[in-house]
Amino acid sequence: MADKLRAQQQLENLQAKYIGTGHADTTKFEWTSNIARDSLASYIGHPPMLQYMSIGTGQPREKMRIQLLERMIQPVGPPPKEQD
Amino acid sequence: MMAAIEKDKLVWTLSRTGQTDVSISISSPLGVHRPQTLVYYALGMDVGYENPIFALLEVDYSESDADPSGEAFHEVKKELSYYELDLGLNHVVHRGRTTVDRTANMLFRVPGGNDLPSGVLCCGEDNISYYHVYEKEVFRLAIPRREGAAENPNRKRYIVAGTLYTLKGGNFFYLLQTEDGDVFKVTFDIKSGKVERLNIWYFDTIPVASSICLLRAGFVYCASEAGDRLLYELETLGDEHNEHVFSSDQFPTDPTETYNPPYFQVRPLRNLNPVEKVANMSPVMDMEVANLSMEDAPQIYTVSGTGARSTFRTTRNALDVLELVDSQLPQRATSVWTAKLRANDEHDTYIVLSLVNHTLVLRIGDDVEEAQHSGLLAETTTLGVQQFGEDCIIQIHPKGIRHIRTVPYNEEDPTQKMYGEITDWKTPAHRSIVACAANNRQVCIALSSGEIYYFACDYDSSLAQAEDEAQLDHTIHCLAMPDVPEGRQGSDFLAVGCGDKTFRIFNLNPRDQDHRILGQTGLMGLSALPHAIAFHAMKDQSPAGYSLYAHVGLHSGIYVRALVDEFSGTLSGFRRRFLGPAPVKFARVSVGGEPAILALTTRPWLAYTHPVNNTLALTPLNYMSIEAAWSFESASFKGIICVRGEDLRIVTLDDVDLSQNLSYEQISLQYTPRKLVGNHEQQVYYVIESDNNTLDAATRDQLKREQDEKVKEEVKSEEESEDKPMKTAEEEDLTNGELENDEETNGELLPVDFGLPKVEGRWASCIQVVDPVTEKAVIHTIELRNNQCAVSAALIAFESKDNDLFFAVGVAQDLKFTPYSFSKAFIQLYKVSPDGRKLEFYHDTEVSAPPLALLAFKGKLIAGLGNDLVLFDCGLKHLLRKAQASNCTGTRITDLKTQGSRIVVADQSQSVTYVVHKDMVHPNRLIPFADDTVPRWTTCAEMADYDTTVGGDKFGNIWIVRCPEKVSQASDESEDGQHLIQDKAYLGGAPNRLDLCAHYFTNDIPTAIQKTNLIAGGDRIIFWAGLQGTLGVFVPFESRRDHKMFQQLELLLRNEEKPIAGRDHLAYRSYYTPIKNVIDGDLVERFLTASNDEKASWAAQLDGAWDASSVEDKIWTMRLNFAF
Repeated sequence: MADKLRAQQQLENLQAKYIGTGHADTTKFEWTSNIARDSLASYIGHPPMLQYMSIGTGQPREKMRIQLLERMIQPVGPPPKEQD
Repeated sequence: MMAAIEKDKLVWTLSRTGQTDVSISISSPLGVHRPQTLVYYALGMDVGYENPIFALLEVDYSESDADPSGEAFHEVKKELSYYELDLGLNHVVHRGRTTVDRTANMLFRVPGGNDLPSGVLCCGEDNISYYHVYEKEVFRLAIPRREGAAENPNRKRYIVAGTLYTLKGGNFFYLLQTEDGDVFKVTFDIKSGKVERLNIWYFDTIPVASSICLLRAGFVYCASEAGDRLLYELETLGDEHNEHVFSSDQFPTDPTETYNPPYFQVRPLRNLNPVEKVANMSPVMDMEVANLSMEDAPQIYTVSGTGARSTFRTTRNALDVLELVDSQLPQRATSVWTAKLRANDEHDTYIVLSLVNHTLVLRIGDDVEEAQHSGLLAETTTLGVQQFGEDCIIQIHPKGIRHIRTVPYNEEDPTQKMYGEITDWKTPAHRSIVACAANNRQVCIALSSGEIYYFACDYDSSLAQAEDEAQLDHTIHCLAMPDVPEGRQGSDFLAVGCGDKTFRIFNLNPRDQDHRILGQTGLMGLSALPHAIAFHAMKDQSPAGYSLYAHVGLHSGIYVRALVDEFSGTLSGFRRRFLGPAPVKFARVSVGGEPAILALTTRPWLAYTHPVNNTLALTPLNYMSIEAAWSFESASFKGIICVRGEDLRIVTLDDVDLSQNLSYEQISLQYTPRKLVGNHEQQVYYVIESDNNTLDAATRDQLKREQDEKVKEEVKSEEESEDKPMKTAEEEDLTNGELENDEETNGELLPVDFGLPKVEGRWASCIQVVDPVTEKAVIHTIELRNNQCAVSAALIAFESKDNDLFFAVGVAQDLKFTPYSFSKAFIQLYKVSPDGRKLEFYHDTEVSAPPLALLAFKGKLIAGLGNDLVLFDCGLKHLLRKAQASNCTGTRITDLKTQGSRIVVADQSQSVTYVVHKDMVHPNRLIPFADDTVPRWTTCAEMADYDTTVGGDKFGNIWIVRCPEKVSQASDESEDGQHLIQDKAYLGGAPNRLDLCAHYFTNDIPTAIQKTNLIAGGDRIIFWAGLQGTLGVFVPFESRRDHKMFQQLELLLRNEEKPIAGRDHLAYRSYYTPIKNVIDGDLVERFLTASNDEKASWAAQLDGAWDASSVEDKIWTMRLNFAF
């Protein structure tokens, strides 16, 4: 029982610390959004990757950065309607 | 404060401890996390001495994430949030927020404190607004737009970079740059600490920067996003100008309201003056190592840069040389010396040239002219000339030594005798001098019979022959002696190169207890006959700062360097290197005030002390081959004098940055280069270039013509409506107007400086032929029309067309990314003219998808169309399809490589697939038989051997995959590939899988990779170029022992040489996939920069008999045997 409790605590700790740590009720929408946001953040955070994309689209890195940030607001479309 | 993109924000307090020491301590962080919030920009505000406030641009997406209708998403607001760090409570509080323009992307600090307003400047699309923490009032400026024929008047700009500059007395201004590169100056009108108005006007146009820095000394550094970085001198602050000033009174504070957009006209630089360039290859788009100009070592050809600032670069491992003088000699010269008349002269007086059978003496004055009455023997060849003692010169020639006492040079009487007493020492009968070495106080000569005679300087500067002499059983090839060390009577050692392939050190120190004069102290065996020796003290890492080095040049073109012990004269620390297929000669020179050695073989090399790490380096010079050289110092120049046949040249290396061992040549290109294809026989390169969201040349010209016509018509109508009495005034206006027009056409605004006009969804694309060898320029350009862009290229000799050479270009029309779409796709074929310098359109073929990869294959063309692999032959009007493998890979074929019948197909996201071509059946078959287990977003690939592929991916990894031996054999067994077709697909892929051999994270996206040799006589290595300008090599290990040592050393250095930020090396190099079978050379080379104690202790921890010098030696040979 103690082990289970500790595991639970550890999980909660992780969830508090890192965005997108999953739990039993993670929906597909949350999961895919997280992956997409993670990827987008990674593209912004790695200079070569940002430069690669900015060259492809022929615009400055700053503009590419804003576009990627904008995409992070809703990366996979609106959430599904709640089913009662 | 440090803010993550999402949620996390941490604040640290830095405090200075103690009064005198400057150590800074960092507090533990305070968190102000805000979940489901994106941070666009974070800024520390200037609030004077109050509690620090941070301003952040945030977007809260929690509502949009919870609203299925999608309405909330459109109503997402951007907020400017203020966080205050309460220093008293050690706590961060949220101070409030204001909704700002939805497009805001950047903040700038507004100075606060004494009568200054404080606050932030918030920039967004077409918007520069001023916000204050407590006050509601907002001032807004719109970003002025470019006026011009090809510019879209409705296009709004963003600010992408900028800087704040505060002047003495509290005044301040901003330089803000738009995405076009235009820099605007923004100033504030302030009255008693309150902002009244903001002003903006056009300042100048510089390349788009990722950061602009204004220095106190009046310079502007532009860290441009692509291409060379520039340093500008600030000529004026742009306060006196005739630009139109726009002020915040003109614009509504809400950007959605209508207003008259401001316009301005671009013009050449007025306030800035470019003074310095920092060469920068980033971004490298494609690269090839080839030996086009037929030099000893291949050159690195790269295409780099973006937009109109793109360049084609030739990179060599060489030092650039500045040529000062070039003059003709009457006859071929074989050697050259310079000499002073007296020991304390500042400049050289004589240039002595040894011609075929006599000696020519030149005197350096205001002009260089033949010296009369120099006293030097002219009717013989010369072996050496040296200023000797106080005021003497000695000339060593095959039959003896001439010792000349000089007379001070008289300016008025050039015919005056330049010498006093002459003494000749003659060789014993039937013998001649074969080699000599001399310094200011000592002379050694070697006779054809194998004896070495030693002379020292007497009290009256005359020659005194020593009683001791050495007798060797072998012929002597060369002698060398270092200069007299400061404060000494003479050098202690003599270096001798002997005919038995040895190199010896002899003692010259009369006080040496162990050795008599000309007694041997050191010996080294050589691989070939020695040809020349240079023996000098050079700066290095030793505690004394200088050590004696002997450089030996062999007949085989190999250079050997050895460290000579200052006291015992023993030899150690050998380095060998092949310099070129000709005997190596030396010349002692001085570069940047430090001694250096010029090694002359098929090309000149310089052995010098690296200014950064103080180790000895050896780099070729970017110069033609030289026969002989000597240092040269006159009143007007200081440098190196060299002879080459009948040419006499003076060059200098003093301005060269010795820490940079690469030299670049560059040629401007029109658009962002995408691919580079070499026609090695004709020494030209074909480059395909394309720019997205850019107006193409044809439309640009058309718009310009239209505008010109309009202007003409207007001028005409004005002329017609003119009243006669008004004419004088009008005329003046008109002439003014014309002048302006002239200015514009004459000094046309080049896209290199001003960029190309941007239009959403348009492509500008062209094919250029570049000659990097003879003309060093672009020699032919073909513009693509109809919004087409070139995506791939290959050079093919079609078998069906008598092996005529064609240039195939893959073209996409109306190409768009995210989502990927296009209207049409073609393969265009251009016929290459016999000299390779012209391309002529032959025909084009519409295909199903943009061909992102083309490759010449068995006299045909193989193309990757989407994920289909198709083999084409050349027809009269179209390409003819010969074979096809549909759905060959998962996503899109991006690269193709071949050996024999095997094709390696690289996919955009699914690594590589091996395909075999079977041409004995009809129709031909292309059968994919092996693919990879890991999705690698391949950017480039190269076949390291028939079974092995090395490639790079978009995330910055380099990997090597190999086809299992059995699979490889099976694929080539049958003629028709029947059994390969029968193989069952495995897990939705090809029937077999490739094995991973090596994996490495490079932190730069590899854009090109090649198996090649990089230096003359070097083995082949894997050479790669990264997007950010990295040029790197992978060197294969040849011995298990070396591998073990390097592995242990890497393991050791991981712990001992931790980076300052504490990132774990193993985790870093395994960023996406665990590192495998690669040793980080960059880390291992940190060993070389360590102190001697550290080196010794690390070397002692290695298994096997390693010591510091042998480890160091191994690291150097690992690098220098393959690369530079």
